[in-house]
Amino acid sequence: MGVPVSDTPLGMMACDPPQYHDRSSTARIMWAVTLCLVPAAGWGVYLYGSRALLVLAAAVGSAVVCEAAAARLASRATLRDGSAVLCGLLVGMSLSPAVPLFIPVVASAFAILVVKWSFGGLGGNWMNPALAGRVFVAFSWPGFMATWVTPRTLAGVDGLAAATPLGVVQSAGPDRLAAPLTLLREAGYPVSAIDGSVTSWLNVHVLGPIGVNLPSGYVDLFVGNVAGSIGEASALLLLLGTIVLFARRIITWHIPAAFFIGFAVCTSAFGGLETEQGLFAGDVLFSVLTGGFVLATFYMATDPVTSPLTGAGMLIYGAGAGILTFVLRAYGQFPESVALAIILMNTVVPVIDRFCTPRRSGRRKTRHAS
Amino acid sequence: MRRLRFPRGGIDAPNRKRQTRRASLWNAAIPRTSIVPLVQHAGEPAVACVAQGDRVREGMIVGRASGECSANVHAPIPGIVREIRRIDLPGGTICSAVVVDMDGEFDLLGKRATPQEWHSFDRETILGLIAEHGVVDMDGSRLPTPLGCAMPKHRPCETLILNGCESEPYLSGDHRTMVEHASSVLTGLEIVARLVRPAKVVIAVESYKQDAVSALHAAVRSSRLGYQVVRLRVRYPQGDERQLVRTITGREIPSGGRASDVGCMTLGVTTARAVHEAVVYGMPLIERVVTVAGGAMAAAANVKARIGTPIGDVIEECGGFNGTPMKVVVGGPMTGHTVIDLDTPITKGTRGVLALTAAEVRRAPTTACIQCGRCVTACPVDLNPTRLYKLITHGDLPQAVCEGLLDCTECGACGYICPSRIPLVRRMRRARIRLDGGSGE
Repeated sequence: MGVPVSDTPLGMMACDPPQYHDRSSTARIMWAVTLCLVPAAGWGVYLYGSRALLVLAAAVGSAVVCEAAAARLASRATLRDGSAVLCGLLVGMSLSPAVPLFIPVVASAFAILVVKWSFGGLGGNWMNPALAGRVFVAFSWPGFMATWVTPRTLAGVDGLAAATPLGVVQSAGPDRLAAPLTLLREAGYPVSAIDGSVTSWLNVHVLGPIGVNLPSGYVDLFVGNVAGSIGEASALLLLLGTIVLFARRIITWHIPAAFFIGFAVCTSAFGGLETEQGLFAGDVLFSVLTGGFVLATFYMATDPVTSPLTGAGMLIYGAGAGILTFVLRAYGQFPESVALAIILMNTVVPVIDRFCTPRRSGRRKTRHAS
Repeated sequence: MRRLRFPRGGIDAPNRKRQTRRASLWNAAIPRTSIVPLVQHAGEPAVACVAQGDRVREGMIVGRASGECSANVHAPIPGIVREIRRIDLPGGTICSAVVVDMDGEFDLLGKRATPQEWHSFDRETILGLIAEHGVVDMDGSRLPTPLGCAMPKHRPCETLILNGCESEPYLSGDHRTMVEHASSVLTGLEIVARLVRPAKVVIAVESYKQDAVSALHAAVRSSRLGYQVVRLRVRYPQGDERQLVRTITGREIPSGGRASDVGCMTLGVTTARAVHEAVVYGMPLIERVVTVAGGAMAAAANVKARIGTPIGDVIEECGGFNGTPMKVVVGGPMTGHTVIDLDTPITKGTRGVLALTAAEVRRAPTTACIQCGRCVTACPVDLNPTRLYKLITHGDLPQAVCEGLLDCTECGACGYICPSRIPLVRRMRRARIRLDGGSGE
């Protein structure tokens, strides 16, 4: 902190207090989040082949070039803070491996130049850049966004694997009157051998004794044996990465917990209505394991720049995003429901921040004159 | 025993006291030249009552208190006044200082006066002795102690708290004082208790200072005073008055108010000892305990140094620098100021002299605020430092005041935790100076 006022022969500097600091820095936070995403991204590359790597590289490369150009225009040097690489990686991970390469380039460029730098660079934007970039290309080139790649692990299995599970369920039409997994099976969506054995082991040894029976298919969704966006497939690897984020206090529990609860409560209560199964018949497990929910809740909704400052604010924001996600997914037209929900909540963050300031010590009540 | 903490805010900073918490107190050498600033307290400068060339005796008053918030300043060494010059003190105070070259006999050094039977003194006598001997709050506010003891008429003191937290990293002077001079500290506390007549006296110590707790326990038991010793959870800034009062009594000091507004008073350990020395032995405040530490110091120590000793002398006596310090800090690392002049004198409020290496400072460039909210979580008085910073930057001081700028205690928690290394404390501090009519720079 501070600028050296003068250097003495001893090389000492004059600074205002505090004279020492916590170890964390913006760059450390950004690079740590990036590293936490790498396992899930690597899994995507393994699943969908070198094409996925190309998409990721295009997204990251475009983000870095745009950041460098914008920073140069602003006479600043911001590449080292890692936010551009992280943003590019998030854009790439939320895209299908089958998109033409200009899509990740445009998405990242939109994210960095329009969403981030037109508001002054890191910290100035009011909308999550990665999500905005993703949504921008999805709305601009919807045709390219709906093609998928069969994962390597399902290549030998018969069936329709080159579609996302959520896509299959949502495209089942208005007369789909069954639980999501049933629809998947009816549509001929494959189940891997691993899923079969793990599910049966779980049913015999863990869930059986407490009277629960897990249908096959969920394990594939959890591990990431499905078609989908590059980085959204494996909830398992994404969750492993969050251990580091929590341990280093880069994110707190507020947003993911509120997001999950808001979404899960709505899904479980009303998720079954559409398929005429009645109240409290929604399939929460299926819903949170598909559509990039894990990536969005832990890595995108928690973006410090576009989320509220205080714990109370984060709870409101998370819950709002969860409920909106459900509404958009159940009644919306677009598959990007999580992204849209978070972006919508981003816009109300300033309002949330205004009303969720802590009650000041030594004062009876908090009063915000504008 | 209970282990308490204040409810919100604060930080878990590494306290880095391993170097110093077992380092026994020893007497630093008497300096050949002593630089005695006439501002070592809150309030108006003391008025010099000696002139160039005058001979001064050890412990003689060289600056007289002028005004309510002022305090007497004494000559720490016998000698001849070389000059009275202007000096810069860390933190931006500019004041006159009496420079004394050592010469002549020591009147006080090594000669212990007979203890006075202070129990027979009346209130006015005790207050007079404390004021005469220049005792101020040496642990924070630097308010003259008689003023600190003044309780409002309508609100008698209910709880007197001895502040043995010393929650700032590196510093162990209070800790060692409690261990080695427990009975002296306790007597000082007893004298102050006589003045403010509290319903209850609590001694608050951070829990890891087990040896201090035991020493104070033993002293309390043998003196049959019935004071309560409580252990507090380690969390910065536990030692700040607001947090301490909140922790012990559950009361919040009102915004802009003092501890006496909620019927409390806090007393620092060093101050308690100075009160004891002043009242019982008639010793003026010419010496204090200073922690010398930091990665760039050859050896860490807790020394009793004369006021006015140049910090360079103390550093040298502790073995000098071990490598190049990035910063030399007077005070603690959270609230202290850097100095670039090693002739800066030790004053009544100097708790430590730290030589910090680059690895300890963990310096990084300031980057844009990423709205992470850590400063809001860390603020012990529930402010929104990042918002205040922006308001000040945009020149909206009235709104900043409205949102609590004046409640900031400058504890440094927000500046410590900020990942973007934004100079939050500096910005708020300077805005307040500007509000007080200063230039702010």
